[in-house]
Amino acid sequence: MDESPLVNELKAHLGAKAQWVRETSKDNIFALVRPQDVPDCVRILWNEMHGRWGVITGVDVVGGIELLYHFIFDKHHRVVTLKTTVEKPFPEIESVTPIVPAAEWTEREAMDLLGVKFRNHPRPERLLLSDDWPEGVHPLRKDYQPKDPNA
Amino acid sequence: MSKRTMIPVGPYHPLQEEAEFFQLHVEGETVVDMDVRLSYNHRGIEKLIESKTFDQAPFAAERVCGICSASHPLAFVQAVESISNCQVPERALYLRTIVNELERIHSHMLWLGLAGHFIGYNTVFMWAWRYREPVLDLLEIVTGSRINYANVKVGGVRPDADLTPKKLAIIDKYMDDLKGPVEMLTKAVLDDPILHLRLKNVGVLTKEAARKCAVVGPTARASGVDIDTRRDHPYAAYDRVEWKVITQETGDVFGKAVVRLLEVAESIKIVRQGVRQIPGGPIDAGLKEIPPGEACGHVEAPRGETFHYVRSTGNNYPYRHKIRAPSYVNVASFKASCIGQPIADVCITLAAVDPCYSCTERMAVVVDAGTKQKTLTFNDLVRLSQEKTRSMMRNFKG
Amino acid sequence: MGLFRWGLKHSPWVYHVNTGACNNCDIEIVDLITPRFDVERFGVQLVASPRHADALLVTGICTRQCRPRLQEVYRQTAKPCLVIVIGVCACSGGIFHDGYHRWGRVDDAILEVDPNAVFAYVPGCPPKPEAMALGVLKALSML
Repeated sequence: MDESPLVNELKAHLGAKAQWVRETSKDNIFALVRPQDVPDCVRILWNEMHGRWGVITGVDVVGGIELLYHFIFDKHHRVVTLKTTVEKPFPEIESVTPIVPAAEWTEREAMDLLGVKFRNHPRPERLLLSDDWPEGVHPLRKDYQPKDPNA
Repeated sequence: MSKRTMIPVGPYHPLQEEAEFFQLHVEGETVVDMDVRLSYNHRGIEKLIESKTFDQAPFAAERVCGICSASHPLAFVQAVESISNCQVPERALYLRTIVNELERIHSHMLWLGLAGHFIGYNTVFMWAWRYREPVLDLLEIVTGSRINYANVKVGGVRPDADLTPKKLAIIDKYMDDLKGPVEMLTKAVLDDPILHLRLKNVGVLTKEAARKCAVVGPTARASGVDIDTRRDHPYAAYDRVEWKVITQETGDVFGKAVVRLLEVAESIKIVRQGVRQIPGGPIDAGLKEIPPGEACGHVEAPRGETFHYVRSTGNNYPYRHKIRAPSYVNVASFKASCIGQPIADVCITLAAVDPCYSCTERMAVVVDAGTKQKTLTFNDLVRLSQEKTRSMMRNFKG
Repeated sequence: MGLFRWGLKHSPWVYHVNTGACNNCDIEIVDLITPRFDVERFGVQLVASPRHADALLVTGICTRQCRPRLQEVYRQTAKPCLVIVIGVCACSGGIFHDGYHRWGRVDDAILEVDPNAVFAYVPGCPPKPEAMALGVLKALSML
């Protein structure tokens, strides 16, 4: 598989902020960054490189929550994902909603379902879970134990 | 300072089927603010899919939404195929394309009917849904079901979604028969002076706002944002057939209607080329194991780009499956296109984004900081919208 | 059978409630009023308010957020009101029956409000419009 020229462009723009940048599978480029560098990297991809905003995926892994910031680069026919891990038991990271307004809901979703705190989020309210859902219970965590609704 | 009233829109009303909760802040007759409260439709699909095998997951994914039900499983299997670096046989690519384009046709016609109802053109509603029925029949012939097709699997297409030459001929004939009614409906909408008055400059989403809200699909293309996953990230057989991406520059409801109508004509073209060019051969790559890895798969659903992320750890279950439906970003742009609009235009502005709430589980809510009086229901807003059209018709003739 | 029941049976007004569904059943319900199926010729009409409804068409898994609203809608209907439960999600939860956001069965939610409520079930994912029309008409003939 020929590596896309976008990989080198990303390396040039992100510089030392990206620990590595790789095209790991067809049309998918991943870059590993530190949590504290995420707002800068998002700003680079959104403002400087004019990527199109996708969504944020949160993944519950051993020891932390991995946050994946997906951007789509239509002219290069690639999806670029910034990967970072925030540590449990109190996962938190700076919100990118001030940079990308479209991130507002997806950060609130990660708050509800995974318990990640987004510092300086303009509206850190419950989005998806019902009004009577207990605080501190995050269904997408791997240790979540559902109550049987049929019981 | 003029009085702010809160008008809750929803949660139930007759033609927007999903439970929704819009709350609009209005000053006088103009919308000044709006917010969203979701969760009525949250069904926990992402968690559910973590307990399904890669083969079972497409059945769950297609129940994210009934109207985009071919797009979600396709995005999922494409992500898994990227992880496995799997070559899908060409015949399967064409079969996927045909079903997805038929879905686009029925979805846009569904939208046309609903939009017609919201502005009081019930004839458009009935005609659009009447001509939509043969497309659903066709989908039943092709896949066995009007909705929920269960046609894709990782590596290809399921055996009962294969098409005999007879079925291919039936599809071609149906598409030929549909061209006339679609042209008629398109002309009826584009040439109607009342619709020009009613829908132009209504619910405008500027190109800049479209980019900031990261909108996709016809909502974006109507604002001059030239993106289409079928062309920009070619999948299935879209790079093997001739078709055009439709854009408009106005960003208003009329522009969105034009984009959708012209896209139906393009979809008919794609399906007809598909049935003529489809090669023989296998329809399944025969993939047995999914290696560890992660990838994103995206597909142009009728409402825009459906974006899925899948992570595999090498066993038979997805470790994580993230679903971002197009309505997730499109509905969030309601605020940008609703602010400053009169109340009578709210429901058509909302409908123009073609929200598929079950994809998104989002319901726009305008939170009122002041009084929480219930003055109007969504049904009242629909009536206001229809009354505005009627008064335009009276003034036009008189 | 009294005049009221005769009227009910011959011209039922139905109100549609979505308690957290994927849209399939809901779109097929709206399909019922379009020219091909045209249930309006049987007198069945979709109405805009539960207060006018003789029957409720309920779809969806009954999410935790929707349950109080479903119960409120049922309270607002004029009795007798038949509850027609459409789609396997509403009947038993379907593929979502283990979902964390699901409260439980639609009929259990309504039985909390009215232990004498009457239900008819139209399973399917989604049930075809013909099945829904048959289900509605059969249910009404029970009265």
